[in-house]
Amino acid sequence: MKKEPVKVREVPAEIRVGNFEEVMKGYSEEEALLEASRCLQCKDPVCISGCPVGIDIKKFIYHITQNDYRAAYFTIREKNNFPSICGRVCPAEYQCCKTCILTKKDAPFASEGAINIHFLERFVGDYGKNNNLDVPVEKEEKFSKFKVAVVGSGPAGLCCAGELARKGIKVDIFESLHKTGGVLRYGIPPFRLPWDVLDFEINYLKKLGVNFITNFLVGKAKTVGDLFSQGYANIFLGLGAGVPSFLGIKGENLCNIYSANEFLTRVNLMLAYKFPEFHTPVNIGKNVLIVGGGNTAMDAARVALRLQKLKGYPLNTTIIYRRTEVQMPARRLEIEHAKEEGIKFEFLVQPKEFIGDDQGFVRKLICLRSKLGEPDSSGRRRPIVIEGSEFEMNCDLSVIAVGLKANQILINATPELKTDKYSDVIVDAETMESSIKGVFAGGDIVGGEGTVIEAMGMAKKAAQSIIGKLSKK
Amino acid sequence: MKILNKQIIKDVAGVKIKQLDIFSPDIAANAQPGQFVMLMASENGERIPLTLVNTDKIKGTLSLIFQEAGFTTQSLGRLNPGDSLYSLVGPLGHPTEIKKYGKIILVGGGVGIAEILPVARALKKAGLPAGQAGNHITTILGSRNKDLLILEAELKSASDQIYIMTDDGSYGRKGFTTDMLKELLSKDKYDLIYSVGPIPMMKMVAGISKEYQIKTLVSSNALMVDATGMCGCCRVSVFGEVKFSCVDGPDFDGHGVDWEELEKRNKVYSVQEKHICNLKKNNGDGSIFPRV
Repeated sequence: MKKEPVKVREVPAEIRVGNFEEVMKGYSEEEALLEASRCLQCKDPVCISGCPVGIDIKKFIYHITQNDYRAAYFTIREKNNFPSICGRVCPAEYQCCKTCILTKKDAPFASEGAINIHFLERFVGDYGKNNNLDVPVEKEEKFSKFKVAVVGSGPAGLCCAGELARKGIKVDIFESLHKTGGVLRYGIPPFRLPWDVLDFEINYLKKLGVNFITNFLVGKAKTVGDLFSQGYANIFLGLGAGVPSFLGIKGENLCNIYSANEFLTRVNLMLAYKFPEFHTPVNIGKNVLIVGGGNTAMDAARVALRLQKLKGYPLNTTIIYRRTEVQMPARRLEIEHAKEEGIKFEFLVQPKEFIGDDQGFVRKLICLRSKLGEPDSSGRRRPIVIEGSEFEMNCDLSVIAVGLKANQILINATPELKTDKYSDVIVDAETMESSIKGVFAGGDIVGGEGTVIEAMGMAKKAAQSIIGKLSKK
Repeated sequence: MKILNKQIIKDVAGVKIKQLDIFSPDIAANAQPGQFVMLMASENGERIPLTLVNTDKIKGTLSLIFQEAGFTTQSLGRLNPGDSLYSLVGPLGHPTEIKKYGKIILVGGGVGIAEILPVARALKKAGLPAGQAGNHITTILGSRNKDLLILEAELKSASDQIYIMTDDGSYGRKGFTTDMLKELLSKDKYDLIYSVGPIPMMKMVAGISKEYQIKTLVSSNALMVDATGMCGCCRVSVFGEVKFSCVDGPDFDGHGVDWEELEKRNKVYSVQEKHICNLKKNNGDGSIFPRV
């Protein structure tokens, strides 16, 4: 048995920073077999407890070792609708790889020796995609008279729609943007999640009969009440958390200070990196500062670096984070990729004030150094500002990536929909039903920013409740 | 999203103002005065906001009036009846607060005149269902010259009084809308001012009305991307607080708007705008690619 994990082939950093193509090449069959052979096939597979949707990891890896990729695919699909997507974007080092028996005890995230479960998942997902392995459709005649409205075409909406459509329920997905996929399209850059992977899943839903209605903002063009009167039996809200938080410091409205959402949307959704072929502009600077420590910050930094490269500027993008590397919520892989690509990191630094020029463009960021104090409510050690530590950094473009809040348009238009203090939709934890009968919710609009797979878990639960309700009608 | 009708409102001295009537029943059915739509002229296009000028709920249509000021509005202006927009979403933003105020002055400048029309009509009628008189509307329209003035007749019928100001005196009175505003405010009491037009004009309107302490609403014209509150491109400081034009506005209290910031933020892509317009000019046919 091979002891060392099989590395995933990657495009070399110096090449990949010049384009938006996928960085990770994924496992070949031989590599997948080798990595799968490292799995100990534990009697008590604790890895499964780390998966938010409970994929039978031991079983699917066993199928790989038997060269039965088809069986591996269907094993994953029992729990996960989008293995090709999750295999690429899941923070596995905090989930299944962390609970893998090969991770050292009390490690903050997966040890290097853990099985690369997510890369195996990706291999299996791509195998299914490339061989058109469709999960059997279990359409039942009794469901064909029902239609369900899904609001939002992000991970939660797509998953819920798929579950319902497979039963023969008619599903219309309403999406306010002109393209489908939600955060998978506008947020995650194509070098992490290529469009063909996303489009494959969306096309599969179309084949199942799911109807996508883009350019439609529920809450404005129609209300939740309107949808019910139009004959939808149930409604699923997968609205997402898309409202960017800002720092609330002086000078933050200067030109060339972007929220991560704006910066990424311009580039990923509107294809501003292909300006003028695509007409949406985006600016880039010579001294780019990204504020934040999550995956969005890593994405923004790596996008900024690519824009610098395309523009012919020296690569100079720095991530500022107020804690240290170990507390960064980003995936370890993204942090590594960012470092390989030449992104600099300033830890224990907090922004204090942006300074601009006469034209209103940002020129400098005044920062403060901090040290770590006692753990806060999140369990992470709280950064404490060091007095008199003020210093300046040159900055002609900055991206703020310090978190997202719930989308509010539909919520504001639906006063009877109960929300918590974060304006997230309150649901019954078992059924995912909201305070309005027949209206379900899942994904980031419930419980705030989470992962794709968590959104999917909630959406599946909601779909099961809807199916259960409709089968009694 | 299909264009049913196109009207060239003005085509003089390099200024082109056009109207498109677009089929979009869901937006038309729900739109209220002061709201806007977000559109893309083509698949490669930019998303731009345009204020709804008119809607016909029965026909399911909406009307947009725009000046061909930049690359995207020029692309839009090249579309013809039968063509479809690539993307159209709305109605967006809060409607203008329509109620009985009393005496109102509306100040419209340039193509902003189109945007005050639906508000003028609604304000004029406000209060009428209860059998009372509507608001008393005084409208001031500003234009560079007589030829460029739009929608005079429409606004005349929506107003109790109307004043036209031209920069060169070729029509109405010579001077700026703000000259007339000062004159009116010095003579009489008013309850509300509503203004849409170029930023310098709205800024001056707000400056004048502040002295008289009259509530002043302006329609902010910030740049936007998604227009559903998800990007913050359209952030505007109002009384020192950050607001998103798309979901908190587009109407704001003119006395609180940081005009200088808004003006600067709206110029953030002026280099790209120049570049793409030059490419187009060089190719002559409106395309941005060299002809093969």
